[in-house]
Amino acid sequence: MRYLWAFLVGGGLCVIGQLLIDLTKLTPARVLVLYVVSGVALSAVGLYGPLVELAGAGATVPLTGFGHLLAQGVKRAVEEQGLLGALTGGGAACAAGVTASLLTGLAASLLTKSRDQN
Amino acid sequence: MKPDKEQYARLLKQVCPRSPLLRDFLWAFFVGGGICLLGEGVRAAWLAAGHTLSDAGALTSATLIAASGALTGLGWYQKLATRAGAGTLVPITGFANAVVSPAIEFRCEGLVTGVGARMFSIAGPVLVYGLLASAVWGVIWWLIRPWML
Repeated sequence: MRYLWAFLVGGGLCVIGQLLIDLTKLTPARVLVLYVVSGVALSAVGLYGPLVELAGAGATVPLTGFGHLLAQGVKRAVEEQGLLGALTGGGAACAAGVTASLLTGLAASLLTKSRDQN
Repeated sequence: MKPDKEQYARLLKQVCPRSPLLRDFLWAFFVGGGICLLGEGVRAAWLAAGHTLSDAGALTSATLIAASGALTGLGWYQKLATRAGAGTLVPITGFANAVVSPAIEFRCEGLVTGVGARMFSIAGPVLVYGLLASAVWGVIWWLIRPWML
């Protein structure tokens, strides 16, 4: 059941992004920014947590899940460190994903050659 | 001749025809849903290996990022992306692709000003505004928390 919800919710979030690109001429970079910020906002008002409970990776893998991760990290950090947590929580929460991306990028740039994009 | 606004809009419509909406919709849904389904499988595997829920989440992200980076290096992710659109953009694999693609492309400009700087051309804004939003939420939570308990 979890797998079905992961597929449906994940697919649904991607379709919303596709409609934004097709219908509003938002560029992909803007869609990504919009998704992360929306994820933070939805998590802050308490809507994203239940979605993660329901759909697992269907909610955490799309970039809104990245925003949710940031919001959760900040919330926890504020509880532990007070106002300083507002500065530390987000960075700490996304550290694994960001560092993994950067290392992968570095490795790929050293191992492969630029090619025709088509 | 200088086209007025309406003529220009019409011209633009001719030059960039809209992609068929339903086809884009289906591609985005099935590929995006498929990547999330794969993610759920990876997450279940990390959980089964004895990791906590939050660690399994981070490990799943790292696994998908590494897989996306490898596929980007081979040039396959971009091929899928031309059809799947947001289906390959919105998942974390799309974020990884946005980091890895410029890293490969700008290798010729050097490791620091090429790879190091260009990696952030798309990921940078995502981090800037994501962290901005999280800091704002942190301050709000700090202010309202005393009333929430």
